[in-house]
Amino acid sequence: MMRYSALGVIAQALTGHRGWKPVWRDPVPQASYDIIIVGGGGHGLATAYYLAKEFGQARIAVLEKGYLGGGNVGRNTTIIRSNYLLDGNEPFYEFSLKLWEGLEQDLNYNAMVSQRGIMNLIHTDAQRDAFTRRGNAMILNGADAELLDKEQVRAMYPWLNFDNARFPIKGALAQRRGGTVRHDAVAWGYARAADLRGVDLIQNCEVTGMRIENGRILGVETSRGFIGARKVGVAVAGSSSRVMAHAGMRLPMESHVLQAFVSEGLKPLIDGVMTFGAGHFYVSQSDKGGLVFGGDIDGYNSYAQRGNLPVIEDVAEGGMALMPAIGRARLLRTWGGIMDMSMDGSPIIDRTPVDGLYFNGGWCYGGFKATPASGWCFAHLLAKDEPHKTATAYRFDRFLKGLMIDEKGQGAQPNLH
Amino acid sequence: MIINHPILGPRDAQEFVYLGDAALMGRPDGMTAGIEEFHDWLYNRDNPAGEHRELWYHEQGDRSWLVVTRNTVTHEILKVELARDVARAMGRAK
Repeated sequence: MMRYSALGVIAQALTGHRGWKPVWRDPVPQASYDIIIVGGGGHGLATAYYLAKEFGQARIAVLEKGYLGGGNVGRNTTIIRSNYLLDGNEPFYEFSLKLWEGLEQDLNYNAMVSQRGIMNLIHTDAQRDAFTRRGNAMILNGADAELLDKEQVRAMYPWLNFDNARFPIKGALAQRRGGTVRHDAVAWGYARAADLRGVDLIQNCEVTGMRIENGRILGVETSRGFIGARKVGVAVAGSSSRVMAHAGMRLPMESHVLQAFVSEGLKPLIDGVMTFGAGHFYVSQSDKGGLVFGGDIDGYNSYAQRGNLPVIEDVAEGGMALMPAIGRARLLRTWGGIMDMSMDGSPIIDRTPVDGLYFNGGWCYGGFKATPASGWCFAHLLAKDEPHKTATAYRFDRFLKGLMIDEKGQGAQPNLH
Repeated sequence: MIINHPILGPRDAQEFVYLGDAALMGRPDGMTAGIEEFHDWLYNRDNPAGEHRELWYHEQGDRSWLVVTRNTVTHEILKVELARDVARAMGRAK
């Protein structure tokens, strides 16, 4: 199999690019595997890759209903960061950010990891206190954080609406190591690297049932027939409730639609990632020049992968309040993705009551940045039957035991997280 | 989305606040139910793809609670009832 290098690209250019081969195989499913991962998105592919590479597992298959990377990994706004407050979250997300930093070398794949920095704007004194506390929590967990004053923000972005009467900009909490990654390339990079290690990536293969006997998983029924497995890991965030219903489980989550937006291509305007602290609006600029931005979920249960106009208006208002300069830019595209909104806003990576059946989901709208660590920790759980040390809090029973990881303090109301 | 309010007629969904699955109306009896049953009621959801009965609160209108039956795949609204009527049909006093 071809290893990518600059020399290889030049050689292909000189020979009319006729030498490129398909990047992964298209295998026929075998009768059984040691481990089946349901869901060929970022998390599922990363899980399969780390199972093979880091945990010495073999005979692994990834089953994908549609095509690889056709779900949320290709629909998000590509931001990576580790700026969480709570102990259950921050070590995990910092582990993820460290994995992002070495990802391209590890995969031999250009995922365009760009540590262009992320900045959460501060608009009130109380918010500065809260962000100072958050920054300290980040530093205590080995991440980087920096408190910027108004003039430091102004030096970077002089055209922001600093003197907004209601929400003046007072400063920012910055994480310089945060940034963006080309999301499709993450799916492709993991898929190629997993395939190279012998993982069968099986597309157009929908799981339609689970065969469970005496409380133990024997395999999955699929649109391409029964496939046996010793262990099954489900990583299908957005559709978790539908898939886990095959095992008779009700999950602590609702599915919601989150919209994302991109403007027409503009000249370089924003070189990092920015979030508006007074509304829900975040923005970065793609390498093609489009402003990539988003805001709140629509707020009602949905599996539609498209939202409604009121949220588009709300997000546009947030954008205009923060940066009036974009008022003449035209919106190029909007789309939606389906989120597992969990009851405390945090994910679940855990065993289930069924022996050999494992679950990874509940990522709310923070799944993309978690991709490498989610894959690593899920692989750890599948291979060793015990949680990775950064993911010990992501359990199903935390709601029963009162050990919620609720960053926003909203309680069991998924559409407010 | 337009919600056909049983009393006020067609209203924009923006006037409403969304709570979630209408099964939340069936809170277990606090004197008899165990912690497992309460946990299941408070945290776990059916979360279906397709028809879903859900609670909407007309905050910017008459402040009534509605039970809306809506398709979560198409967003089509199939039926709208006053939550009060649904609760009475379930045998509750109000």
